[in-house]
Amino acid sequence: MDTILVIVEQREGKLNRVSWETIAAGQAIAAQTGWTLEAAVVGAGVSAIASDVAAKKLAKVYDIESPRLEPYTPDAFVHALKEFLGKHPAKLVLMPHTYQVRDFVPSLATALQTTAISDVIGVKYESGKLLFTRQMFQGKFVADVSFAGSGPCFVTFQNGSFRADKVEAGTGAAPVETVQVEIPDSVVRNKPQEVFKEAKQAVDLTQAEIIVSVGRGIKEQKNIELAKQLADALGGELAASRPICDNGWLPMDRQVGSSGQTVAPKLYLALGISGAIQHIVGMKGARSIVAINKDSEAPIFEIADYAVVGNLFDIVPPLIEEVKKAKG
Amino acid sequence: MKILVCMKQVPQKDAPLKLNEAGTWIREDVSYEVNEPDAFALEEALRQKEKHTGEVVVITAGPARASQVLREGLAKGADRAIHLEDNAFIGLDAHNTARAIAAVIKDEKFDLIFTGLQSDDYGYAQTGVILAEILGLPHATIIMQIEKNDAGIRVKRELEAGFFQFVDMPLPAVLTIQSGINKLRYATLIGIKQAKTKPMRKVTLAEVQSAMGDNLQKIEKLYVPVKSKKTEFLEGPAAEVARKLVDKLKNELRVI
Repeated sequence: MDTILVIVEQREGKLNRVSWETIAAGQAIAAQTGWTLEAAVVGAGVSAIASDVAAKKLAKVYDIESPRLEPYTPDAFVHALKEFLGKHPAKLVLMPHTYQVRDFVPSLATALQTTAISDVIGVKYESGKLLFTRQMFQGKFVADVSFAGSGPCFVTFQNGSFRADKVEAGTGAAPVETVQVEIPDSVVRNKPQEVFKEAKQAVDLTQAEIIVSVGRGIKEQKNIELAKQLADALGGELAASRPICDNGWLPMDRQVGSSGQTVAPKLYLALGISGAIQHIVGMKGARSIVAINKDSEAPIFEIADYAVVGNLFDIVPPLIEEVKKAKG
Repeated sequence: MKILVCMKQVPQKDAPLKLNEAGTWIREDVSYEVNEPDAFALEEALRQKEKHTGEVVVITAGPARASQVLREGLAKGADRAIHLEDNAFIGLDAHNTARAIAAVIKDEKFDLIFTGLQSDDYGYAQTGVILAEILGLPHATIIMQIEKNDAGIRVKRELEAGFFQFVDMPLPAVLTIQSGINKLRYATLIGIKQAKTKPMRKVTLAEVQSAMGDNLQKIEKLYVPVKSKKTEFLEGPAAEVARKLVDKLKNELRVI
């Protein structure tokens, strides 16, 4: 029978919780195809993670071990997984679309003469064929993509595409097999240093109930003040998409998106944000989303509850007044 | 240092895009621009050259219109350009794009190869890493800083949620560059003039085809996303829209 392998992500010995979403994706595909679902964790001394994962509905869990797998390097991961997949062939290999996965999966797929379908948001199984849905053109379109090789096919899933709380528990613990891999010294070319945070974060946007966020549509640094006034009127925090922080118009700790913070406020009010994927993944968990943008085709409108197509400089000033009035 | 910058021409950020009749790609009659992170990759290459001397070469794979990104690169200070010119290059998966580029540059002995971290059209985020694997070079992704030292380079990788990591690596190497690593320069008038005299090598599909294979992934259908959420559009003059929105914030979303 064909096998689906989910490779969970661990960093410094801790499971990255987004891995549960990948297991949920694997369980959904297994249910449709009838294929066997297995999981693997890759690292040094990560058997505790393997045991945690084994509690889920899986046929088997592999604990792929080598002292050289900590700290993470693409060379060691590619070497270990190439060897593992050579002995344990899988039809599909699923992973979360994290920065770490992006760093090694294209190498691994190339080394195995196959491909990785990246940043997938959904899976369909139609007349015996798997179709992977991924966003293109910054989310303006989506594409159904099929795999044309002989396998394994690597698939990486965008954060939030499957629900971690939908993961089914197993009836008993799945068997765990420890696999020791040999990684010669010469294989690892990069020497990673300690992971660090740039500066102490002044604001914790993850705790904010209301966020007013600005994007390129704000045009100039001096216009940030307008958004600030709206945030103040609403009693919320000011945030931004990446280009605003790159320009230095707001500090990096106010950046929302894949490289910034992931937020889930009651209200996310997006001003002049088009809604590139990298931003959306950081805020789509908001309970409600209001978007103001002059481009009626901006992808942000796809996920907005309330949408205003128009010039933010016309709409925000009266909006501030109305908010103040409503608050008395 | 001899540096190669892989650049891509993509539809302009706010260009309205339409599907072609087959529903497999967009209609080509739109405005194009340089893929944003690629512009930062070029800027970084120019800065490294200014610090350490050397040569900056820009390369793209795309139809005739894509030569515009190379001319812009030359105008900003790149020394020469390579254009893999064919309409077929639009439809390649990341693997074949990387193979085509590798076939052209494998004997050039670049110290560094830069790509943007991903493209705004396909968004694979893979071409640079695949290129490294094909060429047998070490790589690092999502780079925010590059310092040359005696042993090679020290790069700053961006991780998620505000974390970073320095990585020491030998040269030659492939790096994928994050937007915002530097401040972009504008081309000068002199630069634009000089660009016209700089070498631009054209490479045909036939010259690299033997290095390429079938695409391993296929776009079966491209379409406008099906909305999972009901969006209510508020319309009218600004003052009226503001009133309607505050009503929703207060009575529907209950955040005021």
